[in-house]
Amino acid sequence: MSTELTHAAYDSKIEGNIVFTQLDAAMNWMRKNSLWPMPMGLACCAIELMATASSRFDIARFGAEVMRFSPRQADVMIVAGTVTYKMALAVKRIWDQMPEPKWCIAMGACASSGGMYRSYAVLQGIDHLIPVDVYISGCPPRPEALIEGFMRLQRKIQGEQSFLAQKKELVDALSQ
Amino acid sequence: MTAAETALALQEKFPGAVLSITEFRGESSLMLTMASLIPVMTYCQGELAFDLLIDVSSVDNMGEDPRYVVVYELYSLTTKNHLRIKVSVSEDDLNVPTVSQLWPTADWHEREIYDMMGIKFTGHPDLRRILMWDGYPYHPLRKDFPMGGLPSDMPDVAFSETAPLAGGPFVTSSGAMDRVSAEPRAKGEK
Ligand code: SF4
Repeated sequence: MSTELTHAAYDSKIEGNIVFTQLDAAMNWMRKNSLWPMPMGLACCAIELMATASSRFDIARFGAEVMRFSPRQADVMIVAGTVTYKMALAVKRIWDQMPEPKWCIAMGACASSGGMYRSYAVLQGIDHLIPVDVYISGCPPRPEALIEGFMRLQRKIQGEQSFLAQKKELVDALSQ
Repeated sequence: MTAAETALALQEKFPGAVLSITEFRGESSLMLTMASLIPVMTYCQGELAFDLLIDVSSVDNMGEDPRYVVVYELYSLTTKNHLRIKVSVSEDDLNVPTVSQLWPTADWHEREIYDMMGIKFTGHPDLRRILMWDGYPYHPLRKDFPMGGLPSDMPDVAFSETAPLAGGPFVTSSGAMDRVSAEPRAKGEK
């Protein structure tokens, strides 16, 4: 991709409607501002997740108010609560059904590490099964903490180079 | 008729069925023989109007014989009496007749006992595990089951691993003088 910008031919009809940027930056900007969560509410943390979604904390300000109960329409899985072994493989299955690109937030002590449940029944952290992008501490974390985690995820997405990586892969595949 | 009088009346009505009667703070507990459980329970539910089965639970007295006790909490909404019925279950024969035909609520209570303690209820309409998954190989509330659990694997259904207890502070023993000696880390539990 040439980094040198050239002027578009002048057209008064589209004046002001053109933005020059890099493809990655544009994609990331769109992705990070419309993160549709898959609310994996498994225990008490889900109550705070619900509070985050409702008007007082209003996660809609971050474009993430569209809770999708179908994994196929979701971008980020928020694992909010205690993951029992009985539920663990169901969580994994739902994660597998989510289309790429996808991210995961482990909300609260239980989802991050098993929390206070050092027990025969509880998976000791959802990262044993699926990759986690952001861990949020707290039992339960306050909605502000979830929003902070969300903003961290947005920052992480902003730094991704998916298009560049794809191009590299293509070049590698062609040169073989 | 108070609960204590009920207990005595039961002893009279079913000679040999009641092994012991314990009175504690106004509560009566009867230890029954296994064979007399169903006749006595039927009588309690019918004639004595114990129409509410509050709870069924089980106790593991590891090291004693018989090892387990199943405890039934009965309550009568008409006479306002509370009665506790117990039967001992030996490790060699883990079978107890079900009472789910008398109180339908016993169905799930007995399933929980079967799941957690491994006591089987003969005649139960649907004796499946209720908390753990079908095929889980252990009964977690038994005293010889480690607190952190044991690994198990049923591909595509569920799996479990041993939890890292790291001297886990979440169970205390009573009677200790201070917090430190009450916690299992002081007892060297893994
Ligand atoms: S971290 Fe605390 S609040 Fe959240 S699910 Fe676990 S126990 Fe409940």
